[in-house]
Amino acid sequence: MPTHLTKHSRRLLRGTVLVCALALGASACGDSDDGGSSQKAVSEADIQAALKEGGTITVWAWEPTLKQVATDFEKKHPGVKVDLVNAGTNKDQYTALQNAISAKKGVPDVAQIEYYAMGQYALTKQLTDLKSFGADKLSAQFSPGPWNGVKAGSDGVYALPMDSGPMALFYNKKVFDKYDIKVPTTWAEYLDAARDLHKADPKAYITADNGDAGFATSMLWQAGSRPYTVDGTKVKIDFSDQGAKTFTGTWQQLIDEKLLASVPAWTDEWYKGLGDGSIATLATGAWMPANLESGAKAASGDWRVAPMPQWKAGDKVSAENGGSALALPELGKNEALAYAFVEYANAGDGVQTRLKNGAFPATTADLQSTKFQDTAFPYFGGQKANKIFAESAAEVPDDWSYLPYQVYANSVFNDTVGKAYVSGTTLAEGLESWQEASVKYGEEQGFTVEK
Amino acid sequence: MTSPVATASDRSAPTPSGTSRSAPRLRTPRRRHSADQPRRSVLLTVLTSLVLLYSLVPLVWLAISATKTQEGLSRSAGLWFDGDFALWDNITETFTYHDGVFTRWLLNTLLYVGLGAGGATFLAVLGGYALAKFDFPGRRAVFAVVIGAVAVPGTALAVPTFLMFSKMGLTNTPWAVIIPSLISPFGLYLMWVFATEAIPTELMEAARIDGAGEVRTFFRVALPLLAPGIVTVLLFTMVATWNNYFLPLVMLKDPDWYPLTLGLNSWNQQAATAGGEAVFNLVVTGSLITILPLIAAFLLLQKYWQSGLAAGSVKE
Repeated sequence: MPTHLTKHSRRLLRGTVLVCALALGASACGDSDDGGSSQKAVSEADIQAALKEGGTITVWAWEPTLKQVATDFEKKHPGVKVDLVNAGTNKDQYTALQNAISAKKGVPDVAQIEYYAMGQYALTKQLTDLKSFGADKLSAQFSPGPWNGVKAGSDGVYALPMDSGPMALFYNKKVFDKYDIKVPTTWAEYLDAARDLHKADPKAYITADNGDAGFATSMLWQAGSRPYTVDGTKVKIDFSDQGAKTFTGTWQQLIDEKLLASVPAWTDEWYKGLGDGSIATLATGAWMPANLESGAKAASGDWRVAPMPQWKAGDKVSAENGGSALALPELGKNEALAYAFVEYANAGDGVQTRLKNGAFPATTADLQSTKFQDTAFPYFGGQKANKIFAESAAEVPDDWSYLPYQVYANSVFNDTVGKAYVSGTTLAEGLESWQEASVKYGEEQGFTVEK
Repeated sequence: MTSPVATASDRSAPTPSGTSRSAPRLRTPRRRHSADQPRRSVLLTVLTSLVLLYSLVPLVWLAISATKTQEGLSRSAGLWFDGDFALWDNITETFTYHDGVFTRWLLNTLLYVGLGAGGATFLAVLGGYALAKFDFPGRRAVFAVVIGAVAVPGTALAVPTFLMFSKMGLTNTPWAVIIPSLISPFGLYLMWVFATEAIPTELMEAARIDGAGEVRTFFRVALPLLAPGIVTVLLFTMVATWNNYFLPLVMLKDPDWYPLTLGLNSWNQQAATAGGEAVFNLVVTGSLITILPLIAAFLLLQKYWQSGLAAGSVKE
């Protein structure tokens, strides 16, 4: 759920990428024993027996509310021990997981994986297909975006959705009121608002963006672009569709007119900008409120939530940003117990516990419940923001897919598309070179890539 | 004040006070730039001040920021204090947050530094002494290997090391951090060169004639002479192990075995996790606490270190 967007220092990033590449390479040349033994069916009775027998499962996750879920689960099933390990946040954890898989040692029984990274593990058969546990019957319980995410573009079910990030526009009402700017409902209005705001206060920017892969792919998703087509090991990458042009057309103007704050997301400086009004909006996932509350305390009461601005006035299209699921790595042990935990956390009683602690659900029943929708957020001046989030969740087109090596692709985003933010190249040119780099890497990894 | 250019013209121009031009004329300007009274250069002074400022500003920022609350950090300017002085609260919270896991990380770091850097120094001293003072076949080959090893960055070795340790079942244990830290090719090379210069072979021969065995000669004669070199190597390996980030990142998954570097980073990452708590104030305070032992070590050991750097530079 978090954010692909973590910005370490460049150097660290490069280091991580290197390891990723090495690890991927190692696993690509060294996996001889994935003889697909995952198709055995595991019945409810098997799971109950495993719970009765007890044992220990290791869960790699950084999601903060899981701690309570694990404690509750252990209380409910004495004899079961859940070893919850924070093995790093997003990219760091993927590196660790990839290393463990290459070494075939120390692989966790359950791992948190973001939707954008799911394909990387699912399509290389490193995750157990949960259909053998009957997970496909749970499809109706989850909203379309996240469910599409755990299917990773095939008909397997590689994880159960843990949370989701339907997008919304978070905006600083105090700033908007001060300069008498209307809350934008379309991206054209957004562009105007950006101009008006920056003119009224040269220190204020409509939003901060210095090139973020997660944000860009979400925006393309909403604009109707479908750059990635995945069919087994056949991949097509194409950024030339109308949707991509729609997005770059508007965003290029924001860049050209210097209307974006060049502050790296998730840094101290970024939270500072959100707190003091110099960053006036954020188009991001519905998990954002908790971060605003802890990171930008100073602006409590100033912020509000609005539906995502539309590309065509009157439309109702949204997208997902971030969000993660719990998967069972193929090399993990104690599958029945691991599945029992995942089901408890993401489709059972655990969901309520996580909701209570501020997580954003992926389950439709919870999204639609009046209790959830009527929750007033003091941070948003008492606004019932969940209504907007729930609507957004229902408006996410479910035909988006990520690359089977999106983690790598995202890691080179700044070297390609990111250039548009700092030099004369345009976003469109940046997307082209991103495409080239992604095609090249895919071919090196043994995918059949079509442009 | 006198710039090099001015000094040069001084020398050729007639000295204003030069009534006796004959004997001291050449000597006077030279004596002004002796070791005790070095020649002063405005340019150099300015440059060094800039470098000094460049290296001190982050430290000042760190010290000032450690006095602020999470809210204060985003409210106030970086290089000045915020309204509330929260240093003590921050320190208390750093040590109590997440059930006091910071103390655990601090102890882990001390363990890794103690065994890793201490062990690395010990091995480097033994190896360096042997290579410098004993003649045996294959010395040149060892030299080539050591120089080659210095050239390979630790980061490049991290993944192969991980795979090897994983085969041995040592990943996710403290040994995975300690054992690789024991190897310091640079330290070995330094000790080798240092021992060559610092221990007169005659002294060893004298000890042998007096009936001392090799072990006794090493501990009683060689070791005291090597002290400055040992401190230098110890400082190098200490800093390297204390700051080590990448190796533990690859090796360790269990937060209970994290060193401070990884632990603080995991707190920092929290801010980028949906639903996670931004605790920049604790990250900053934790970082300040983390560098204090290093500063103390430098202050305590620097006099040995200085004499160590100069050793062998003058022919006696």
